[in-house]
Amino acid sequence: MRLRIKQPSVLPGFGLTLGFTLLYLSAIVLIPLAALFLKSAGMGWSSFWATVTSPRVVAAYKLSFGAAAIGALINAVFGFVVAWSLVRYSFPGKRIVDAMVDLPFALPTAVSGIALTTLYSRNGWIGQYLEPLGIQAAFSPLGVTIALTFIGLPFVVRTLQPALEDLDPDMEEAAASLGASRWRTLRRVILPTVLPSLLTGFALAFARALGEYGSVVFISGNMPMRTEIAPLLIVAKLEQYDYAGATAIAVVMLLISFAILLAINVIQWVASRHRIGG
Amino acid sequence: MAGTIAFRTGSASSGAAGRPAITEPAPVRWALIGVSLSFLGLFLLIPLAGVFVEAFRKGAGAFFAALRDPAALAAVKLTLLVAAIAVPVNCVFGLAASWAIAKFNFVGKNLLITLIDLPFAVSPVISGLIYILVYGLHGWLGPFLSAHDIEIIFAVPGIVLATLFVTFPFVAREVIPLMQVQGNDDEEAAITLGAGGLQTFFRVTLPNVKWAVLYGVILCNARAMGEFGAVSVVSGHIRGKTSTMPLHVEILYNEYNFVAAFAVASLLALLALATLALKSFVEWRSRRPFAEAPDAAVLEDLSHEH
Amino acid sequence: MSIEVRNITKTFGRFTALCDVSLSVPSGQLVALLGPSGSGKTTLLRVIAGLEHPDGGSGSVLFHEQDVAGQHARDRHVGFVFQHYALFKHMTVFDNIAFGLTVRPRHRRPGRDEIRRKVQDLLRLIQLENLANRYPSQLSGGQRQRVALARALAVEPKVLLLDEPFGALDARVRQELRRWLRRLHDEIHVTSLFVTHDQEEALEVADRVVVMNAGRIEQVGTPDEVFHQPATEFVLNFLGHVNVFRGRVQQDRVVFGSLAVDAPGAAAAEGGEAKLFVRPHELDILVHPGRFDCLPARVTRIQSAGPFVKLELLTEDGQPVHVELSHDRSNRLGLHENDTVYVRPRQSRVYLGQYSI
Repeated sequence: MRLRIKQPSVLPGFGLTLGFTLLYLSAIVLIPLAALFLKSAGMGWSSFWATVTSPRVVAAYKLSFGAAAIGALINAVFGFVVAWSLVRYSFPGKRIVDAMVDLPFALPTAVSGIALTTLYSRNGWIGQYLEPLGIQAAFSPLGVTIALTFIGLPFVVRTLQPALEDLDPDMEEAAASLGASRWRTLRRVILPTVLPSLLTGFALAFARALGEYGSVVFISGNMPMRTEIAPLLIVAKLEQYDYAGATAIAVVMLLISFAILLAINVIQWVASRHRIGG
Repeated sequence: MAGTIAFRTGSASSGAAGRPAITEPAPVRWALIGVSLSFLGLFLLIPLAGVFVEAFRKGAGAFFAALRDPAALAAVKLTLLVAAIAVPVNCVFGLAASWAIAKFNFVGKNLLITLIDLPFAVSPVISGLIYILVYGLHGWLGPFLSAHDIEIIFAVPGIVLATLFVTFPFVAREVIPLMQVQGNDDEEAAITLGAGGLQTFFRVTLPNVKWAVLYGVILCNARAMGEFGAVSVVSGHIRGKTSTMPLHVEILYNEYNFVAAFAVASLLALLALATLALKSFVEWRSRRPFAEAPDAAVLEDLSHEH
Repeated sequence: MSIEVRNITKTFGRFTALCDVSLSVPSGQLVALLGPSGSGKTTLLRVIAGLEHPDGGSGSVLFHEQDVAGQHARDRHVGFVFQHYALFKHMTVFDNIAFGLTVRPRHRRPGRDEIRRKVQDLLRLIQLENLANRYPSQLSGGQRQRVALARALAVEPKVLLLDEPFGALDARVRQELRRWLRRLHDEIHVTSLFVTHDQEEALEVADRVVVMNAGRIEQVGTPDEVFHQPATEFVLNFLGHVNVFRGRVQQDRVVFGSLAVDAPGAAAAEGGEAKLFVRPHELDILVHPGRFDCLPARVTRIQSAGPFVKLELLTEDGQPVHVELSHDRSNRLGLHENDTVYVRPRQSRVYLGQYSI
């Protein structure tokens, strides 16, 4: 058999459209990304390692990971309740509420950043009630977590909604007819079925939060070692013309993003295999 | 990965029709709805309301004065310019990529689809950084560009490039799956009827995917106008020259000019609301149900022979 | 316009869809391509239309003795009706039918009034005159099918190719539409080729039937020929149920247990294996063996609902046999389950290896 790059077709335009796609993809995405990896390769292993393990960088990674993980966890819990309410119940204004869930996608991050900062600052709408309790929200790791929760909110809801809609009502009725309580049905029947979607939503929210910049930069206060997130550190290094340092941090973040992307694909793949098998 | 959701053409989310007979007791139901609405209220509604309240804190006069400021107007113009370039270019790319990927079988197709989604997995800051590494003063093309007096980084071309990157996948990722599902029958039918390639594309293919294209364009436009991180890294923040609206918001905010900052931000918030409304409209339009006539009608109209 | 296909081979990866296929369709006929799924019939149709390219330029396709292999599908003037109709969803019935006329280059494009008149004529032909402004989604399956046909006919094709034209329809609509297609063909006389996996449909509608299997043509003939004189075992099997008995050649006869069938000329294969094929309605049942050669069998099931009485029997060596009798004959025999009866073929075909007698 002859190896063919492309099967013949009666439709025209393959060479033109694929050629344009590859050219544009290379110019906008592949070559600039390659520049990042080449630049970091050029700095040598020891200086790369020294940069990415310096205390300030490690502190930034810790904050980014910690706040992103907590934010994604909050979203997993409340996102489940929101998705469940939107799919299962009817209440006035549901369509608008459903549309509003995407607000963090649509609202420019700078806008959410200054809005959240103003709300949670000492004399803001919400901050004024936290202050007497001794809680400082703005310019603290808590503020970073709030911003990252906001930015990841739609992911869990939007990945769970279709999964909940696809749930087979027969399954729940069967569980009920077998004498299972509603709570038991949720735990033993519904949760395991939608778990892959929940995990995917969590991972997407986590990944988005890791890289987030605009909505965090205002509320965090940007204190080195305390409220400085990894993307912010990249900007700080750039402002000092430390391109190598910025690149090294960026490469580590990018590799982590790709790893999460891979994990999501594995979750989906495993889930689809189970669906076919079951 | 970050920044968008898939176009939901399948089931309607107003699941009342398919609701299972079993549900929770009313108090539980209302408690869950209450928790949902409180959570969304706290995280979505209050920040959104805050933007408008802060914008009008010193009255409508101060609000409009802030928008009439030449630097603000320049920022609006630059934002519109960037979107006017990035959206059509990525739209054309999305259509070209969809045609190649959905209508033909070739080696490496899945890899190509993954690569197209790549920009969503990249942090906005890194999206800006990579262009500095290519076009910046110390970048690959830096010496060549400065020798020829071409400004890209800390100038408008850099902002456009960074925006192209962050909005790269929007149209393609909406249109590719839809075209794949639709298959090649319609196009083959058009061609056997004598239509040329362009006629087939514009009269058959494009109408079939128009809602997905529009959906992608709406999301692409929102991101193009609202992008902050990537643009911030490459812009240089030159007031009135290389500041887009989100960057202008940052400048004003850092100058403690809160009313002006929130006034410009409120325009962006309106854009976000318009985006959500349009998006919901397109979702609703594209899955409008059609009633299929019963086949009995066929027997009926075939029975009166001429 | 006649169609001729010569030595076409087409593979998809490792799968051979067509293997050196040749076929000729005389002008003005309605021909059925019949076969199971995967037999290559749709691929053959698509190769004729120019939608699929044969391997490495193998073979040729001729319309009216002219080679069209180098011609693009657009220029072959073929009317192609897709299995799922491929109607343009965003166009009305009228615009769908007019499409082929409106995409012509300006100098060959008919005027607006002429297009309107032509579409009206076609709507009359498919009896959907009052549905011109409907969208495909507002039509029933059968109506969509006829719109697809009208759209293909609008460009006055030299040949009409239909891929499983009734495949997606209800059984009742299917029967109605295929008779209508036959009458339509008698009216317009365009050389037509349609793909089907339903032998009843092929036998009822077509002038000639082409039976395909595994990328090859098994037989070409009139419906009578392929049904009564099947050229191969496959054809026999595919066109309705058939009982198979295995036996051996002894002199001029083939012996199947206590049954022997005359097979003049079989002697050459003395001692060889032979198969006897008998359709259910070609078998007779006797209550007493009498002087005929016959097989004893036990009645396991009698199903008398329907136009025939269907019997299921089991021979002594455990082979199931299906028999169809008229209600008359069955009543006269007065059969019950578990009766022992004797089976005798009134008509049969014997196959020795590849040869049939």
